[in-house]
Amino acid sequence: MTDATTAPSRSRDLDKLLLRPGNLVGPIFDPGTQLREDLKEYVRILVVGAGGLGCELLKDLALSGFTNLEVIDMDRIEVSNLNRQFLFRLEDVGKPKAEVAAKRVMQRVSGVNIVPHFCRIEDKEIEFYNDFSIIVLGLDSIEARSYINSVACSFLEYDSDDNPRDITMKPMVDGGTEGFKGHARVILPGRTPCFECTIWLFPPQVKFPLCTLAETPRNAAHCIEYAHLIKWNEVHGGKAFDPDEPEHMKWVYNEAVKRAELFGIQGVTYSLTQGVVKNIIPAIASTNAVISAACALETLKIASGCSKTLSNYLTYNGVEGLHIKVTEFVRDKDCLVCGPGVLIELDTSVTLQKFIDLLEEHPRLLLSKASVTHRGKNLYMQAPPVLEEMTRSNLSLPLFELMGKATKDIVHVTGIENKDDKKTSCLRKLRVVFKGIDGIMDMDMAGGA
Amino acid sequence: MIRLFKVKEKQKQLAENANGGPPTKKQSAGELRLHKDISELNLPKSCTISFPNGKDDLMNFEVSIRPDEGYYLGGLFVFSFQVSPVYPHEAPKVKCKTKVYHPNIDLEGNVCLNILREDWKPVLNINTVIYGLFHLFTEPNFEDPLNHDAAAVLRDNPKMFESNVRRAMAGGYVGQTYFSRCM
Repeated sequence: MTDATTAPSRSRDLDKLLLRPGNLVGPIFDPGTQLREDLKEYVRILVVGAGGLGCELLKDLALSGFTNLEVIDMDRIEVSNLNRQFLFRLEDVGKPKAEVAAKRVMQRVSGVNIVPHFCRIEDKEIEFYNDFSIIVLGLDSIEARSYINSVACSFLEYDSDDNPRDITMKPMVDGGTEGFKGHARVILPGRTPCFECTIWLFPPQVKFPLCTLAETPRNAAHCIEYAHLIKWNEVHGGKAFDPDEPEHMKWVYNEAVKRAELFGIQGVTYSLTQGVVKNIIPAIASTNAVISAACALETLKIASGCSKTLSNYLTYNGVEGLHIKVTEFVRDKDCLVCGPGVLIELDTSVTLQKFIDLLEEHPRLLLSKASVTHRGKNLYMQAPPVLEEMTRSNLSLPLFELMGKATKDIVHVTGIENKDDKKTSCLRKLRVVFKGIDGIMDMDMAGGA
Repeated sequence: MIRLFKVKEKQKQLAENANGGPPTKKQSAGELRLHKDISELNLPKSCTISFPNGKDDLMNFEVSIRPDEGYYLGGLFVFSFQVSPVYPHEAPKVKCKTKVYHPNIDLEGNVCLNILREDWKPVLNINTVIYGLFHLFTEPNFEDPLNHDAAAVLRDNPKMFESNVRRAMAGGYVGQTYFSRCM
């Protein structure tokens, strides 16, 4: 039993998946010890978020045989995290989540290396994200998901037939929980819907009418939102409310209590105040565990091909009984974030005005009155007059110059589409390629202008 | 995808010294949608829009409204708009920068307009919001007020409300509150 050569290896169970062929495996599966070693050597995974999901994800991925992990999170540990973010201890309160989580998993699982990043996701260069094979998301906001999604999709390139180039694809696995509910999804940009294709899935945040808050509060949340949204500005003028500042939270709580007394409303507590103001939903450790486990397994399946991946959206609902469902969502073919865009081939001498004229005749666009934007720079705006005036001088300049002499890049245009005698306003993504620049002339640009 | 990851990792090692190109600004889907909204704006003559941070920051802008009828005729009211990267999933944040005596706008500039909060839908756009704000000046509403005093006066004594509005817009006190001239 103690003989090192016969002692079962830690990957014994994993080996059953990775070393043997099977009927249910993914399309390209090459079982063997080489695969097991390659997963260790070549797969680099970024975990975004080191909270409830992130802690579980790091543990699960480390135990699934991945050895190159990195984790990014901007938060510090709070006492209220400790019931479920099991990598943290009381003495860790106040320390960066990413750093403590990385350290704890490395202590427990030998051979794994986890690099922590204690910063905002926007603080990293875009190229930072391109270093990873797979990005796994354990986030709690739509905004952060949308950002990572747009970054991951920005690496995606299409060939001249509008097929995604696999080598540029950055797979994402996204987990999310809210109380007893959760989801896990696999995003293969260019092949399965990206986050933006299905953003309509997310219900809008509940917002109370301001006048109800001001005039006729009916519950504790109304009193808290009154203190937070109306009373704060009234008293503190221009000073911004900071939900992470205990003094600010305390002030809002006290004002909410006064308000509740005035209207005879029960139930304002400090923790409810935090909950309402920071929009906190009760988190349940087991939901996080279920969703993270699904995400970690999908990550393993994407990387190794040992089984087909989830296609493509799993919902878990433990509210009344238990319900699990997998839905295959479809891509938005015109998605501005993951779609190919319409390929347009141009000479470097084409002016912006000429480009706008071309869009009107382009068979796939038939777009008139185009406004053009390139990487956050508005090259031409049809309206309002103040912007039209500011951008008009660009019309006579070559587009190539306006795009910073990039040989190929994405531009976005809005305008009126004239199809089948119908005029509809639309927003389109275009892949502009300039002809006659060294190196890119060999491509056949069928479907271009 | 392990084969791809392997190829990529090897490519990366080879390209370690090659330049990766300058980091570029990311444009969110929200910014693009806003770009569409702005480029299609069709405002009444009494509304103008300006971009204090220049032509490339559309996420923060100001709208000036000069009502052409009703109690607020002749006044000029400036609103600031702040648009989130997940627009239109979230409504723009709108504040009135001009201190105004109005039942639906409080003295801090909070605006009570249903489509800015509880009734916001992603199919709405900046044009709809501006028309909504414009409407507040032509038809101030004393039900569900933000400025309770102004609402009570409008409901009980429209004549007095009218003279209060004139006084506030001309620069002066209504009750204990001073309003700067905005005509």
